[in-house]
Amino acid sequence: MAYLGQIAFIVIVGIASVILTKRIRRIRQNILLGKDTDRDDQPSARWRTMLLVAFGQQKMFKRIIPAFFHFLIYVGFIVINLEVLEFVIDGLLGTHRLFMPYLGDVYLVAMNIFETLAVLVVLACVVFLWRRNVQKVRRFHAQEMTKWPKLDGNLILVIEIILMFAILTMNATDQLLQTRPDSGYATTGTLFFSSLLMPLFAGLDTSTLIFVERFAWWFHIIGILAFAVYVTYSKHLHIFLAFPNTYYSRLVPKGQMDNMPAVTKEVQIMLGTQPENGESDTEEEVGRFGAKDVNDLMWTDLMGAYACSECGRCTSECPANQTGKKLSPRKIMMDTRDRLEDVGKQLDKGENGLEDGKSLLDDYISREELNACTTCNACVEACPININPLSIILQMRRYVAMEEAQSPASWNAMFSNIENNFAPWKFAPTDRFNWADELVTENRKAETEDRTND
Amino acid sequence: MNKEVRVPTMADLVAQGETPEILFWVGCAGSFDDRYKRVTKAFVKILNAVGTKFAVLGTEEACTGDPARRAGNEFLFQMQAAANIEVLNGYEIKKIVTACPHCFNTIKNEYPELGGNYEVIHHSTLLQQLINDGKITMKGGGSFKGRKITYHDSCYLGRANNIYEAPREVLEALDADLIEMKRCRTKGLCCGAGGAQMFKDAEPGNKEVNIDRTEEALATGAKTIAVACPFCMTMMSDGVKNKEKESEVAVKDLAELIAENNQL
Ligand code: SF4
Ligand code: SF4
Repeated sequence: MAYLGQIAFIVIVGIASVILTKRIRRIRQNILLGKDTDRDDQPSARWRTMLLVAFGQQKMFKRIIPAFFHFLIYVGFIVINLEVLEFVIDGLLGTHRLFMPYLGDVYLVAMNIFETLAVLVVLACVVFLWRRNVQKVRRFHAQEMTKWPKLDGNLILVIEIILMFAILTMNATDQLLQTRPDSGYATTGTLFFSSLLMPLFAGLDTSTLIFVERFAWWFHIIGILAFAVYVTYSKHLHIFLAFPNTYYSRLVPKGQMDNMPAVTKEVQIMLGTQPENGESDTEEEVGRFGAKDVNDLMWTDLMGAYACSECGRCTSECPANQTGKKLSPRKIMMDTRDRLEDVGKQLDKGENGLEDGKSLLDDYISREELNACTTCNACVEACPININPLSIILQMRRYVAMEEAQSPASWNAMFSNIENNFAPWKFAPTDRFNWADELVTENRKAETEDRTND
Repeated sequence: MNKEVRVPTMADLVAQGETPEILFWVGCAGSFDDRYKRVTKAFVKILNAVGTKFAVLGTEEACTGDPARRAGNEFLFQMQAAANIEVLNGYEIKKIVTACPHCFNTIKNEYPELGGNYEVIHHSTLLQQLINDGKITMKGGGSFKGRKITYHDSCYLGRANNIYEAPREVLEALDADLIEMKRCRTKGLCCGAGGAQMFKDAEPGNKEVNIDRTEEALATGAKTIAVACPFCMTMMSDGVKNKEKESEVAVKDLAELIAENNQL
């Protein structure tokens, strides 16, 4: 009987680990459906970016109020996880407050810090719930923020509040039990915040108190495990993926579009300028030009889709979105993730998910959205974790232009102007230098006028 | 008082066995667009006035391919790039200045991978250097003194290449009263023309981007909207016209403002 708790604990942790491992494997495989791209250069610059942007929340602080409350949750999350360590070891060994005898007074201080953070996290969650549901901050209420994305945003905040209350309840009942000699609970000293909750439970008899204390303990640890699994389906995956996503961010100027070496090669062949020994290159598979589906994108784009926190900072800066066009860079990221998840589900069933008659283009992202982008990079600049929605847009435009030749008619006209007249407008290339003659004539005229005026 | 302005081409200079310090890349808008030709001319007058040894390609220049690339036509872009790089490398060009942020971005960031390596600067940077070096001194009796000017950031200078200060320093040198719009610098609102939007109608929405931006610029009370990009020039001018403010509010490029100030 004595080991029942430990066995139950191990079974629960075991089940959670199996589910988690499967989910992580799935997500990893999904991300690796993308094309390879070299992002291993300049490690020191990459570490710096990650430390500043993900660890240091640098870009969050462009908006100070959410940054402050987000920071509370962020620190709370990291620190409270230290307490979870004790939970897990206690659970495995069947002990209670294992660290206390070793840490002595430090334990009391640490517990008080944890509780303070728990209270601050609750505060931050309440503020965020208020911003989402009462204040209705605009970026949380776009066309793509209905149903699951909306629920997801609220759910996580409620879960966090409940989990924090579980900790406080546990500590409150624990402290009451310490006053009851028959319970055998060791004395921690006063924990400020949870002791405020003590009157709520003071009337209960010892066995009920023990039940409540144990219930809160189990609730918290199971809650955390369930939360971990939930996160893999949620926009809250950003709490982990923000780190690799910033590490692997683009380090070149934002305006620089990625080159297509396959096209360079074809152009060289067309112009007869390919390097002498270039021929012997093993014919690598060229694949599609541009992106029609998720596997045509780069793995960094796909990681970005899983890392996206749906905060909508990109969309709220997007000129197309601000003027009522359908394009929303956040939706581009959400669609990419949805498509990836759908493909992954089918792969799990043993089907070839990519050949299900659907594709990211048209079934998820429309051409109207793609065409509305001004490539202004406002979304890239705004994203607090360096996601690049523009990268996906540009790769999809390439597919439409080169594989399908289905660009808007006026773009096709622009293409043929460039091809025939070497300018996007229909002017004769021989007129390109006319401005210089005009300048000289105008200048002479001005000079003569000057002289007559003198 | 005006001296003859000269617009030497690379071909001429090479024939005379000379090399210029810098190549002025005019760009398609600078060559063909009636409004932006005035910017080209103003800039050439400045180059003449300060005695910079420059040259242009003339009819040997062609579109950099930027709009083709952004619209997805990588083939066409690379064909253009290959042809341009051949010309530039043929003349052994080292340094390029251009008044177009799109040409600037493409030649600076995208041509190197295709074999074109040059030092490329935008005209706002060159103007700033000329002012700092004392080569351009502000004359004209401070005709801009206290005049309200607002500067519209070009996405391809700002976010794309982190050039925010050079244009502003040029404006400050005019002793003008520079008023920022709320959305400026990293948060600047696009004029709506980049990414090849210039060459097609906008998708349906509830407003045109350039109208939104013009409203913001006009709200500052500025009588001059300064720009540093041909597309921004077109979009903002159209916006001002749309608001029927063209008699009160001027849209001007940095080069024009300096040329005007110095009565070039
Ligand atoms: S780059 Fe495109 S998607 Fe991103 S903000 Fe600009 S217009 Fe919107
Ligand atoms: S892409 Fe970045 S800015 Fe946009 S919603 Fe996702 S996390 Fe937020």
